[in-house]
Amino acid sequence: MAILHTVNKSPYEKASLESCVQRSDAGAAILLIEDGVYAALAGGAKADLVKAALADRKVFVLEPDLKARGLADQALIEGVESVDFDGFVDLTTQYDQVNAWL
Amino acid sequence: MSEENDGKKFMFVNRRAPYGTIYAQESLEVVLIAAALEQDVSLLFIDDGVFQLTKGQNTEGVGMKNFSPAYAALGDYDVSKLYVEKESLEERGLTLDDLQHLTWEDEDDDWAEKDSIRLVSRDEVKKLIEEQDVLLSF
Repeated sequence: MAILHTVNKSPYEKASLESCVQRSDAGAAILLIEDGVYAALAGGAKADLVKAALADRKVFVLEPDLKARGLADQALIEGVESVDFDGFVDLTTQYDQVNAWL
Repeated sequence: MSEENDGKKFMFVNRRAPYGTIYAQESLEVVLIAAALEQDVSLLFIDDGVFQLTKGQNTEGVGMKNFSPAYAALGDYDVSKLYVEKESLEERGLTLDDLQHLTWEDEDDDWAEKDSIRLVSRDEVKKLIEEQDVLLSF
């Protein structure tokens, strides 16, 4: 069973993403939304969390949340895929379950 | 006490990213009230608070109010001291160029336009906090 995990907290403020990365299985997907999108910044000190996940999981970032935060032109970690709200909906149908790391 | 007026030195300490919580917007509202009361106001941006000042914020896609243009109006309220911690920016992969260019006009210097954002080190932040009469944390 493949799970879509969503993370909506900044990795610099909470350990939600770290918990998610440590406890999600190969084949799962992680979607960064709201303040979770800060984890996708290529130059960030917490970039290793997303890089570790990308070894055997997909990582997505919600584009409207990047834009809201002024990050549309920032370099993202290689391998992270951007999705819009329609893409978010598609992901929820492609995976068996959605698990939110609040 | 401030040398400029009889007001106290107020520092607003901003540690949260915008939009995910209401802290950043609430801080900005109180800053404007304090400025209207002619207090000596400064703002400190540390940790995720530095994300509040990124340029190019566009909230059309998320159905929220973009309050970032209000930072550019602070200079008109004589709020001219926006301290940004260098280490917090660096940890997040950002530089000064990723932030809005905020200015104020110095009436004691023939209304010369000056930068409002002052990059400070973590050590300097310790001293800044010590100098305040009132600290308001958001």
